[in-house]
Amino acid sequence: MGADSYGSDGRWHPGTYLSPGTSSFTDFLAAAAPDLLPQAAGPAGPGSSDGAAPGSLARDLPHGTTIVAAACDGGVVMAGDRRATAGNMIMQRDIDKVFRSDEFSAIGVAGVAGIGIELVRLFQVELEHYEKLEGHALSLDGKANRLAGLVRGNIGGAMQGLVVVPLFCGYDEDTGRGRIFSYDVAGGRYEEHRFYAIGSGSVFARGSLKKLYQDSMPVEDTVLACMQALYDAADDDTATGGPDLTRRLYPVVAAVTADGFERLTDEAAGEYARTVVEGRMADPDGPPAPLRAAVTPNGSRGALPSR
Amino acid sequence: MPFYVSPEQAMKDKADYARKAITRIRSGVVIACDAGILFIAPNPSRALRKFSEIYDRIAFAAVGRYNEFENLRKAGVRFADMTGFQYDRQDVSARGLANWYAQLLGTIFTDSPKPYEVEIVVAEVGKIPDDDQLYRITFDGSVADERGFVVIGGQADQVAAVLKDQYRDGMTLEGAFTVAITALGSQSNGDRPEVTAAQLEVALLDRARPHRTFRRLSGTRLEALLAGTIGGGKTEAIAGQRADEPAEGAGSAGEAGEAGGAPGAPEGTD
Repeated sequence: MGADSYGSDGRWHPGTYLSPGTSSFTDFLAAAAPDLLPQAAGPAGPGSSDGAAPGSLARDLPHGTTIVAAACDGGVVMAGDRRATAGNMIMQRDIDKVFRSDEFSAIGVAGVAGIGIELVRLFQVELEHYEKLEGHALSLDGKANRLAGLVRGNIGGAMQGLVVVPLFCGYDEDTGRGRIFSYDVAGGRYEEHRFYAIGSGSVFARGSLKKLYQDSMPVEDTVLACMQALYDAADDDTATGGPDLTRRLYPVVAAVTADGFERLTDEAAGEYARTVVEGRMADPDGPPAPLRAAVTPNGSRGALPSR
Repeated sequence: MPFYVSPEQAMKDKADYARKAITRIRSGVVIACDAGILFIAPNPSRALRKFSEIYDRIAFAAVGRYNEFENLRKAGVRFADMTGFQYDRQDVSARGLANWYAQLLGTIFTDSPKPYEVEIVVAEVGKIPDDDQLYRITFDGSVADERGFVVIGGQADQVAAVLKDQYRDGMTLEGAFTVAITALGSQSNGDRPEVTAAQLEVALLDRARPHRTFRRLSGTRLEALLAGTIGGGKTEAIAGQRADEPAEGAGSAGEAGEAGGAPGAPEGTD
């Protein structure tokens, strides 16, 4: 069974390609070439037939870790570290975990790297496919929902221990603001406000951002806050990599604003990384937050000490 | 239904049916220039499009029965996205797509009671003008590899004659646009009706853009191009002298020497 077939009369029947169908690339693949979908390894997939423990395959596969996203003035910033680990081994030092999903959105993945990257590829094609067929792009909510569907499709793999969880953010053209969405393996979709982090280092990153983050900071300050958060995650989680100044490997940082998706160049990311590291030479735990916040009349936080 | 129809007669009837249907509709022009590949056709509708993006550097143009070529367009997008996903984005080519369309249309022509009344073009813009590819696929699945320009639908011979006379390799965008408008105007035998931006559908595969090169030209950009054609039959040298396009200069000849992708694709924002 496929997109097309040769009938009993020997003729070629184009079938699925020509049917009105949906504008979803994933649904088209499910009809035309289901073996190309990431969830092809379903509940009956590898790992279950030989009686081994469900997680044993997953332990040998590279896992990617901490991703942070934070809303800034007129958009949102996403950053991810560069380390992929399998158990106690570092499998890759420079893996990319933050990607452009389309002109006004970005996606980061934590979990099994191979399946995560496949999920991102499929999502990128899904968004572009819809836009080409329909003549206009999906709304940001539509994109977030579609991603939830893709994550849900991997639940068979997740039960085998091949867990992949994305973090999605985008610029909402209707409101002119950045929005962040997190997911769980069942395909649940949760809108986050201000900032969020996923991955093994996410608890440390979130704790760090809790103290450093302020609403509506300019992009540059938000990037710096994300860099600090990733540094703190790497400081406490072995599976998260800090900035590698010797090899010039820095976190992948991307900003999504009205001007679209922009990934920082290595040089620019390096500047921020050096700022963070130099600050840590004096304060290894990072810039301290004031113990008693200076509360302004409308209740918002006062300025943090200058860095 | 007659008792028996010879295969030759059946095929000839189908071909005549399709050909007659296509000659009744208005022509569209696909023309290569230094800025990329330009698509122009009269189209008063804002919802129904004749030109569409298939992939990064590949576009689809069609005339004929709308629901039929819309089916083909969607099938082409699915084929291209599938190939790009399975392999890599750079492995999707217009030639592969044109071959696939040829198979598809040929099957439909032979097997269906009624052939598709469509004529389509698959175009791919290269990094340099020499690498541009234009393929015309007709209702019966015949593929033709064209150079420079393609006319589909309507009085194609008449329009093509004008283009053959005025087309030059390495024309600027304005020059190619002017020549195409003149050629399309020749269909009405002399009295060229007032053509406005709202009645045209114009698109461009922009050589200089990274990744997705397909752009629709409309609004002020299209009006500027139209303004350059007033007077009819303007040559590209005259178009190049317009004061508000200094980047074009007087030199279409000079620009023909520039490699494709030079920022001399001068048009501002669209």
